[in-house]
Amino acid sequence: MAVKKFMFVNRKAPYGTIYALESLEVVLITATFDQDVSLVFLDDGVYELVKGQDTKATGIKNHSKTYRALDGYDVEKLYVERESMAARGLTEDDLLVDVIVISSAEMADLMAEQDVVLSF
Amino acid sequence: MLHIVNKSHTQTNALQSCLRLAKPGAALLLTEDAVYAATQGGAASSGIADAMKQLKVYALQPDLQARGMDGKLIEGVTAVGYDGFVDLVTEHPNNQSWL
Repeated sequence: MAVKKFMFVNRKAPYGTIYALESLEVVLITATFDQDVSLVFLDDGVYELVKGQDTKATGIKNHSKTYRALDGYDVEKLYVERESMAARGLTEDDLLVDVIVISSAEMADLMAEQDVVLSF
Repeated sequence: MLHIVNKSHTQTNALQSCLRLAKPGAALLLTEDAVYAATQGGAASSGIADAMKQLKVYALQPDLQARGMDGKLIEGVTAVGYDGFVDLVTEHPNNQSWL
């Protein structure tokens, strides 16, 4: 089977909707098929990667730790759009995983070169 | 009156509509994804920093914690727990949820 380039576009904050968690689940499934997987974080999606998430008081599952486990599934390409991060007053130091910070223009190029783009 | 907003100000216009229609002296409780609007990184663009001159603003502490945002609340916004949420609802004669 030919390897395809899959991009997961994450644009929602982590707990207000189910999108962030659903995205992670599909990412893990895709990774088991040995595909070329990239995750990108735009707009409120940047909030998914913020350090120090503690959901105990809400009774919701804290899925933020899963981002740190992606490495183990050979999912190593996590991109954050610089403009989205800056608009939220965040820096790389606020994030819980190592990411590649890129500009909107670079993000556009990256998106255009994918075989499959999945939006969350 | 108590206004309640639970959506991110960068994803929907719920907060914007609320701030347009809330009368001076009203209370505003931010829950779920709306809590970002009262953080140091979001309060200027969300309009909350301005709105605080006229409204009493609260944010739900468990939702701040879940998002790694506790301690990032701007000064003047009061963090409340679920018990405080109930108090706010009972203290105000009516409320509007901006879904």
